[in-house]
Amino acid sequence: MMLGKLDWSAIPFDQPIPLVAAGTVGLIGLATLVWITRKGHWPYLWKEWITSVDHKRIGVMYTTLALVMLIRGFVDAIMMRTQQSIATGGAQGYLPPEHYDQLFSAHGTIMIFFGAMPFIVGLMNFVVPLQLGVRDVAFPTLNSVSFWLTAAGALLVNMSLVIGEFARTGWLPYAPLSETSYSPGVGVDYYLWAIQIAGVGTLMSGVNLVTTILKMRAPGMSYLRMPMFCWTALGSNMLIVAAFPILTATLAMLTLDRYFGFHFFTNDAGGNMMMFMNLIWAWGHPEVYILILPAFGIFSEIFSTFSGKPLFGYRSMVAATLFIVVVSFTVWLHHFFTMGAGADVNAAFGIATSVIAVGTGVKVFNWLFTMYGGRVRFPTPMLWSLAFMVVFVIGGMTGVLLAVPPADFMLHNSLFLVAHFHNVIVGGVVFGAFAGYTYWFPKAFGFRLDETWGKRAFWPSLIGFTLTFGALYVVGLEGMTRRLQHVEVEEWVPWLHVALAGVGFMLVGVVAQVIQLVVSIRNREALRDTTGDPWDGRSLEWSTASPPPHFNFAVLPDVHGEEVYWGIKQKAIESQQLAEAPAYEHIVMPRNSATGVVTAFFATAIGFALIWHIWWLAGLGFVGAYATFVVFAWRKEEEYEVPADEVREADHARRAAREAWLAQHRDEQVPA
Amino acid sequence: MSDRKPPQDQGDTIPGDESPDTVGPQGAMGYTLGLFLAALLTAASFWAASTDLIWGPAVPAAIVVLAVAQMGVHLAFFLHITTGPDNTNNVIALAFGVFVVVLVIVGSVWVMTHLDHNMHNMPAEAMMRMR
Repeated sequence: MMLGKLDWSAIPFDQPIPLVAAGTVGLIGLATLVWITRKGHWPYLWKEWITSVDHKRIGVMYTTLALVMLIRGFVDAIMMRTQQSIATGGAQGYLPPEHYDQLFSAHGTIMIFFGAMPFIVGLMNFVVPLQLGVRDVAFPTLNSVSFWLTAAGALLVNMSLVIGEFARTGWLPYAPLSETSYSPGVGVDYYLWAIQIAGVGTLMSGVNLVTTILKMRAPGMSYLRMPMFCWTALGSNMLIVAAFPILTATLAMLTLDRYFGFHFFTNDAGGNMMMFMNLIWAWGHPEVYILILPAFGIFSEIFSTFSGKPLFGYRSMVAATLFIVVVSFTVWLHHFFTMGAGADVNAAFGIATSVIAVGTGVKVFNWLFTMYGGRVRFPTPMLWSLAFMVVFVIGGMTGVLLAVPPADFMLHNSLFLVAHFHNVIVGGVVFGAFAGYTYWFPKAFGFRLDETWGKRAFWPSLIGFTLTFGALYVVGLEGMTRRLQHVEVEEWVPWLHVALAGVGFMLVGVVAQVIQLVVSIRNREALRDTTGDPWDGRSLEWSTASPPPHFNFAVLPDVHGEEVYWGIKQKAIESQQLAEAPAYEHIVMPRNSATGVVTAFFATAIGFALIWHIWWLAGLGFVGAYATFVVFAWRKEEEYEVPADEVREADHARRAAREAWLAQHRDEQVPA
Repeated sequence: MSDRKPPQDQGDTIPGDESPDTVGPQGAMGYTLGLFLAALLTAASFWAASTDLIWGPAVPAAIVVLAVAQMGVHLAFFLHITTGPDNTNNVIALAFGVFVVVLVIVGSVWVMTHLDHNMHNMPAEAMMRMR
């Protein structure tokens, strides 16, 4: 067979929902392509974005992918909440069980791997080199490959909507349910290859950022002068490098089971499905800290900036971050307390789980003391951060409750657990991502986001979040288990309606967020950030123009002390003049490369071919990907020169803006 | 990029990077010495496995000792991990890697042994019903 297992029966003609959804998305996509072609935007897109190796552009593309995928995952959430609200008593709702199972699996997979991860990686990509005062990441082309591989994984997951099916096994495909005997379809294969391809991208991105932070700081930027976000990014990327190989290996073993009849996790022939739980969570728990640590960094930057004070307890923050990095590898069993380990194992992991909350506690108190006595301003990023602090403490406490094994025996697999992890991941990671998005948006595009619509997005999101997950905590305590397609107990139904109402509020928040972007783009001249420093920031990213020139800094900053840019500004106000114009030299920058997008094209082909057993296409894909690598390795010109004049010109514009800023601060007294 | 300079307060080298002021065994001599030691340790472990000179139950211990020495030779002569101040990152990275691997392996063995032990009381036909 030329097309392996693929034939017309793979298209779900009998199911209107995925068909209509895919048709709509396809039409929007097609319309966008036609619009780009007619406007003649392709050369611009190809040169400035698709083949760009600029860390800022790649960061923006990561974030855009994340925003689109967050909306996709949110649509899944709306459908699940609606189904549970109407499928009670005799009614069956509108989603049959096999569709509902795919929906919750896709929701989790997309939200974690293609929503939260790219958002966080995108922010780190954009911000870390700017904060370190350098021109790019350590391996710019590799960075582009990482992004496009992540996008390839996202594409595969979304293809499963209309070609074949997605996994019905939850966001982590527990064996033996995910083995061929119980999941013979292509759903789990879609999961496996999408996550493997995106996972390679994430791992490379982790290597890239660790190397950047350890090896490429501006002169004088010692470890203990790095902004907090760089420290948490370092911790997060160390965890990526240490933990993602476990995921890759575990999924590779499951792949061998499914494709070649191995018995790693099967019931029979000596397989051990518990080994799957064990390994997947040895990756899975560090993964949640991979997500939350950079969010902690974002909040640290925001609390300090908008309180007009240095971060309280900087060194204890660093220590708490590294403490979390290490201890996050000692708690994974709390994800399967009830699966048969003895009391001493459960006790050890339960205690370790409670202990890790100490690190987070230190951070919360540091943020409180950062605000204490400061002149606190309340723009949108600060609102997200304050909301985070309140809801995260609640989520943390339910987490410590679940860390007690006897309590976990009562609560595991219930909606209480679902409410807990949404409480910390939405309240922590997503709020952090939105805070970072509004905080660094002016740096990326040169104009601020509209404050009114920002607040209109924030309040419904917070209210909806509280209603939805508050209600889920309650039904969880009343005994409702997770992943129910049909609800038999009438007492739970009112709470499910409350949860649905909460989703309605969140929908208003999402819509307001989209409107905010549109309104801000239309009013961009009024919202223009001419100084490069819209928030009165303290770290180096605010010392360059908004948006920064592609080489970031005209000359690499010379770092003296913590909070570099704050120091520079105070000195300028004190002496009533800017530092002297430096001698400008030419700058050597890496050339654009199509390697990333071409590799991802072949990777998508390989993934799709392996899912459908189209072996010739898989072979072709491997040859193509290898050829791309060879062509890249033998490239003749890898860099180009920015002449000194161009650098001087760019910096003169920035200095002129700073002179104007200084003129506004003529009469200001510098606090002693 | 040609203007990439590491921060002035440290001069860390990447593995395999050789600079004249790097301490430790370097150059062709270093590699030759490393090769010789590695071959010697390999031969010694084959010898230890086949000889009668070592008390039987001690043979595994001897082989473990030789294996650890072999790792040390590789780290020092081929990967150039030294205790010098220019090598801090590499040493910390190695320590963190070893630490995580040990945690995951020891933890997994402990967890799986417990699960295995607790499953022993289950009758075979109950096991079949779990399929």
